[in-house]
Amino acid sequence: MAENEAGCARPTGAMVGEPAKEQPEEKENQIEEKKRMSVARVGAKAPDFQAPAYYQGKFTTVKLSDFLGKWVMLCFYPGDFTFV
Amino acid sequence: MSAVAARYDKLQELGAEVISVSVDSQFVHKMWNDHELSKMAKKDIPFHMASDGPGNVGKIYGVYDENAGVELRGRFIIDPDGIIQGMEVLTPPVGRKFDETIRQIQAYQHVRKTKGAEACPAGWEPGKKTLKPGPELVGNVWKVWDPYKDH
Repeated sequence: MAENEAGCARPTGAMVGEPAKEQPEEKENQIEEKKRMSVARVGAKAPDFQAPAYYQGKFTTVKLSDFLGKWVMLCFYPGDFTFV
Repeated sequence: MSAVAARYDKLQELGAEVISVSVDSQFVHKMWNDHELSKMAKKDIPFHMASDGPGNVGKIYGVYDENAGVELRGRFIIDPDGIIQGMEVLTPPVGRKFDETIRQIQAYQHVRKTKGAEACPAGWEPGKKTLKPGPELVGNVWKVWDPYKDH
């Protein structure tokens, strides 16, 4: 077995071969889903969320709207223990 | 993220908080803090490290890579009213420049303080010339702002 090259993106499983044919009504749902999903835009309200978190030695829940009144730097990154 | 931790005091001075997000669990965040980040930053990570396993938060923010199952390097500046003022998205192999985020927060804070009466031109940093948008400035930016001197 060849060794995988270590990169910044965590390798995961993915579909192989031709994608299965979709039913037309499913396709419609997908488009709607996509529209609903990508809503973050400059000048617009930041979509609120809450997520499990690690914060100063404790396991907590972090909620964006708890920080109203402060400036927030929200940073996404590919993964812990990656290189950059 | 250790670079942000190392300069966290600067963000606190600006009244800014940090939430980092990846698909790793909060337990892995703890291990990363304990075994690597704290050694690089020479202190524990002072900010919230959120876990977004299914990528739901990343999807909403348009930074979740469905094929790789990871978040892209998306950085959002959110103001005290909860409005996104700035965003930058990079693919995984190149890191961000923290000082640029600081500069942008300072610029947005300046604009906010003047209630929009002043705007921050290209390359603006605190102390540098701002512009006052209005009828008199139209066609006259060349008189007041020099891209060689003021950038």
